[in-house]
Amino acid sequence: MASSTVFLSERSGPWSPRFGQFTPQIRAFLRNPAGVAGLSLLLLMLLTALIAPLLYPGDPLDMVARPLLRPGQDLRFPLGTDSLGRDVVAGLAHGARISLLIGFSAVSISLLIGTLIGTVAGYFGGWLDDLLVHLTELFQTLPTFLFVIVLVTIGKPSVMLITLSIGVASWPTIARLARAEFRSLRESDFVMAARSLGYSNSRIIFREILPNALPPIIVTTSVMVATAILNESALSFLGLGDPNVVSWGSMIGAGREMLRTAWYLTAFPGAMIVLAVLSLNLLGDALNDALNPRLRELS
Amino acid sequence: MTPLLEIGKLSISFPGLEAVRGFDLSIHAGETLALVGESGCGKSVTALSLMRLLPPPARVDGSILFEGRDLLALSLAEVRDLRGRAISMIFQEPMTSLNPVLSIGHQLEEVLRRHEKLSARAARTRAVELLDLVRIPEPARRIDDFAHNLSGGQRQRVMIAMAVACRPRLLIADEPTTALDVTIQAQILELLDRLRREFSMSLLLITHDLGLVGQWADRVAVMYAGRKVEEAATQRLFEHPAHPYSRGLLATSLHLEQELHYRSMRLPEIRHEAGDAGESTFRLIEASPQRIPLPPPADTPILSLREVRACYRTPRGDFAAVDGVSLDILRGQTIGLVGESGCGKTTLSKTILRLLEPAGGTILLDGQDITHLAENRLRPLRSKVQMIFQDPFASLNPRHSIETILDSVLSVHGLRDRAGRRARILETLDHVGLPRQSLLRYPHEFSGGQRQRIGIARALILKPSLVICDEPVSALDVSIQAQILNLLVELKRDFGLSYLFISHDLSVVRYIADEVFVMLGGRFVEHGDHRRIWDAPRHDYTRTLIEAAPARKAGAPASRLELAAA
Repeated sequence: MASSTVFLSERSGPWSPRFGQFTPQIRAFLRNPAGVAGLSLLLLMLLTALIAPLLYPGDPLDMVARPLLRPGQDLRFPLGTDSLGRDVVAGLAHGARISLLIGFSAVSISLLIGTLIGTVAGYFGGWLDDLLVHLTELFQTLPTFLFVIVLVTIGKPSVMLITLSIGVASWPTIARLARAEFRSLRESDFVMAARSLGYSNSRIIFREILPNALPPIIVTTSVMVATAILNESALSFLGLGDPNVVSWGSMIGAGREMLRTAWYLTAFPGAMIVLAVLSLNLLGDALNDALNPRLRELS
Repeated sequence: MTPLLEIGKLSISFPGLEAVRGFDLSIHAGETLALVGESGCGKSVTALSLMRLLPPPARVDGSILFEGRDLLALSLAEVRDLRGRAISMIFQEPMTSLNPVLSIGHQLEEVLRRHEKLSARAARTRAVELLDLVRIPEPARRIDDFAHNLSGGQRQRVMIAMAVACRPRLLIADEPTTALDVTIQAQILELLDRLRREFSMSLLLITHDLGLVGQWADRVAVMYAGRKVEEAATQRLFEHPAHPYSRGLLATSLHLEQELHYRSMRLPEIRHEAGDAGESTFRLIEASPQRIPLPPPADTPILSLREVRACYRTPRGDFAAVDGVSLDILRGQTIGLVGESGCGKTTLSKTILRLLEPAGGTILLDGQDITHLAENRLRPLRSKVQMIFQDPFASLNPRHSIETILDSVLSVHGLRDRAGRRARILETLDHVGLPRQSLLRYPHEFSGGQRQRIGIARALILKPSLVICDEPVSALDVSIQAQILNLLVELKRDFGLSYLFISHDLSVVRYIADEVFVMLGGRFVEHGDHRRIWDAPRHDYTRTLIEAAPARKAGAPASRLELAAA
């Protein structure tokens, strides 16, 4: 049988799982133009954030020119300067560092807490579920942003504290989502089959259920990174951000008073936030399709 | 006489798929026409096109003349006026066809007031009458009930009441009894037949079950891959099926009067081969004697249950879904377990597998008490008992390739050696009749029958002694059923397996079981040898089940003779 010879040859490589397993996903992802666009945009932003100190050495909060240069007026400062004579481009590049750092770190924290609590509650059920659901509800009844403000004002505003506060305040969304997915998937036949085959709980959770529970979590995560960036912006806007660093939010906050006379001070950092959120959404959707064997074929 | 409905050259296509091709059919006033075919043959799409209910990407060509008007040429407003009043439809799934937040009375009255312009009071009176007509007990009291207060059969009755509320001339019933228990099935079909006569309606009965057709239909149209392959009066079709596909369907569908048993005979199978020009040819493999005899059961039991109980916690206290059952399965024996939904048969199988904690009694597996064994000590024993699930779509993880599914079973059970695992996987695939290159594919790329083979492979790869089959063929098409049942018998012979075969379908159990247990309300009400229990049932409930099983009218003896002669 010709087909079985093909299969038996080492080339097909089904027994080199680590490498072999991920190639179809990556290939499917690369076929999706929206996903590739999102990823490229995000990588570009991350790159800018990384090399910002090389491109614009020195503190972006320093005064470097005449205040309120309009974009294009002085080519050394292509996007102009703000009311204190700070370079807007340097601010955007350095701001990307803080905004993206806070966005990703905060969501990693809430993803970790939320998935853990949601998984345990949904999979094991019983009194543990009751306890964790009440805990989740307790956190969820607090208005997220107010809670962040309270946490931040307790200590001295720093990037670390802001990240932690946003992370701690936003995990209930993930927890509820993960719990709902695990509760319904726990009862599905293929999980029954896995249990009857003697699979351990951790194997069932990570290998059987989690891949199936991921799509809604991934989509939510990409939205949550965006929300975290916005939350940080809102904090900076209220003057509760870290005063020693520049972020997109703090730039908007500083520019808002001159919205009519110097619109570009809010518009450029605003546009950066929009682009970051857009790239994350595109990336999230494409990941979702690429990880699903059924959708992988269609894309 | 012009027919009530005349379908001419109907073609329905979706982007990338031709669902129905050149389909002709006519239905006369007052007759029951059965449209029979397997899943995906286009029968439901045809029914939906009659109601103009197909989603937008569908392209419908041809003509559908209803009382002389072409339904395809009418405006949507005109069609809406016909729906429910002149043509109405009932669906397969009574659980989701009713709106859960409106009372059944409200939903009935809505239909009446929409089409007959009745006052609120008159509509309510009619609604009560209709509920009475479909034999809902105490209709005046039940009218304010919600869907969740009703059983599946009652919901289907309410759906029928809604469908006939405005005395339609044509009632389309799309698999009306597939989701219901056997005893309920017969009642629903009887009700439909009575209403058809009382209201002089025509009935278009769409089904995959030939057994139903024999009893209730005047004429039968058989569909395959979007085409009508044969149309004939019921009796004629059963006695002299003209098309090879109809012959195959008739031969492969099991029925209770058939005296086939797995120890002596293989089931007939129908094989479909696609020709070069897309032509379908069918080959019927007749029932044949088992070439290699199956060894008789040993004396030692592989599994013994003693007074096993299993409970579910409900707001109103514990509910014993399995209430003290005792059972011995001998090595090499097949035990059939029959009972209707909710009788506790699936709970029992989960309890045996220790997926549910037993509330009492003892479970002995191969002489060892596993009733309360801790999971880590149970794990090595798990390879001895495996399960095949009903739904081949839900029982495979959609995210894993077939290779991952089978490979992880072996690695969990401590097979460290890769080459050994690989050899075992390939061997198992051969046994269940799947091509070796399936390994890298994912569950959704397979047909229902092939997926069930994957499920069987997963159960067998650990070389179990006992396999619990929970309705393994209920979700499959008739022609696939026979192939899977034959496979189960071969595997039993090759590996000396014992089966606990759970099914609501008596004709399947009759073929596959050595001994039969009948379950009702969490208990066994009767058990006996496979011959005795069908010929001389002792318990009333067993008799009810046997009587309710669809009988094959007129055609049965003839087709059996034909088989014997061929």
